Amino acid sequence: MSFWRSKRFWSWVALSFGVLYFALPLIGTFEFSLRMKRGEYSFEAYRVILGDPRFQATFLYSVLMALLTIVVGVLLVVPTAYWVRLKLPRWRPVVEFITLLPLIIPAIVIVFGYIRLYNTSSVLPLTGSAFGTDILMVCGYTVLALPYMYRAVDTGLRTLDVSTLTEAAESLGAGKITILAKIILPNVLVAILSGAFLTFAIVIGEFVFAALLNRPAFGPFMQLIGANRAYEPAALAVIAFSITWLCMGLMQLVTRLQKHTQVKPFR
Amino acid sequence: MSAIAEPTGVAKTPTSNPSKSRRSMAWLGILPFLIFALLFLILPTLNIVVGAFQNPAGEFTFENIQKLLQPSILASYWISIKISVASAFLGCLIGFAIAAAIVLGGLPAWVRSPIMTFSGVASNFAGVPLAFAFLATLGRLGLVTVLLREGFGINIYAYGFNILSFWGLTLTYLFFQIPLMILIITPALDGLKREWREAAAILGANGFQYWSMVALPILWPALLGTFALLFANAFGAVATAYALTGSSLSIVPIVLFAQIRGDVLQDPHLGYALAFGMIVVTIIANTLYLWMRARSERWVKS
Repeated sequence: MSFWRSKRFWSWVALSFGVLYFALPLIGTFEFSLRMKRGEYSFEAYRVILGDPRFQATFLYSVLMALLTIVVGVLLVVPTAYWVRLKLPRWRPVVEFITLLPLIIPAIVIVFGYIRLYNTSSVLPLTGSAFGTDILMVCGYTVLALPYMYRAVDTGLRTLDVSTLTEAAESLGAGKITILAKIILPNVLVAILSGAFLTFAIVIGEFVFAALLNRPAFGPFMQLIGANRAYEPAALAVIAFSITWLCMGLMQLVTRLQKHTQVKPFR
Repeated sequence: MSAIAEPTGVAKTPTSNPSKSRRSMAWLGILPFLIFALLFLILPTLNIVVGAFQNPAGEFTFENIQKLLQPSILASYWISIKISVASAFLGCLIGFAIAAAIVLGGLPAWVRSPIMTFSGVASNFAGVPLAFAFLATLGRLGLVTVLLREGFGINIYAYGFNILSFWGLTLTYLFFQIPLMILIITPALDGLKREWREAAAILGANGFQYWSMVALPILWPALLGTFALLFANAFGAVATAYALTGSSLSIVPIVLFAQIRGDVLQDPHLGYALAFGMIVVTIIANTLYLWMRARSERWVKS
């Protein structure tokens, strides 16, 4: 009997340790962010940071990048995953392997390759202009999101009878674009949404791509504030954590609406 | 612009007549994806790999790889590997303890769902904000530092602790390493069948014998695989370390970051070799992970 009692005891010890380790930095950050005015707690740091025009500009830029990444990711992944399921089951391992590569190759190496491959003296001098660099950023973020997006959509497609749906639609005279837009897309919408929220959470605070490609994104702005200010970084951390939390919460919410299309954490 | 416009073309390329004679053309449907992957994933990486084996004149050479063996670069690889091993090992250990507490420890069932949800969030909470969180907690003016000093008279900085150090960075990395371990190992622990434990008990095994001779050998591939994954996860992380320590801790990703920004090594090709070394390390770690995952799935399949 004492064995069982001690096992439960040690379980509580492990759990309390975990709760302490994870709660303290969150509480500490929040407390620190309130300390800007001497002798009292205030939301001064938030007021300062939210009022900073650079915050607004970089945040908007990163939101835009995240939304574009989601659009490009969906346009790239949905037709590919659909086509692989319908026509090219043999290519599946190849495509899946490619989508897993961004988890294996460090992001800093990929962006290093971009800088070398797309510099101003190359065939495709994307880094030569701000607009070109933005395209490169969106493509880079799409690459980072690829493992999550593909996995989400492919899992969503698994619950559909893709070939029957396609034949039914074709017999009614639908073309491939109609099938994708009106049949496949609505059916995997939940999967797409959950992939999209994760993508948003990844892109919004991303640092390496934006810093090395020299674009005014939220990640480098946070780093800059961190290097120069005392209390504002903590406020930024609270804001960033809330965004991550919101994205993951929304992701859980949509997946609960449709149980089959869960994106399992696979890393 | 072309890269953005490409995906819409995917539906047009294969015509709507999938008769057998046209089957050989079906691969055209994933052409946009393949072109995208080639342009923005495979070619950039290959470019770095090729650059690592070239001298400035473009000729093949092993010189850059040999230059990696100089003490300063070896030292950065070594400290990177140490931090990755320490955070992966502790992440595995603590994550396993928490996961075991949830699954096998007789805790109330309602504990599980919030922990899994939180792990999902925290495993994605890497980067610049994480560094801020730990600075605000364990920095010189951080909440925990101040509480320990004023409440208990323990000045952790006087004991040589520094958040901008090996252990500081390891402690910070654990914030995403432990949740990742919990997310991966919980299903594996769920896969331990009650019957195995009962069978072992019937044969006279005690708790220790069950764990050492049944459960751990079954979980071993999952544990080793997750360790490899956590290692790669820490090894490639840049943003957290950079925001936390600036460039004071020369781990490989930070040296590479500085090299890309301003050629601090004064040898571009040495930079490519440095990046190539990173790829090699993460490929080894991930191959181990995928291999071990395949092995552990034999048992975990329900």
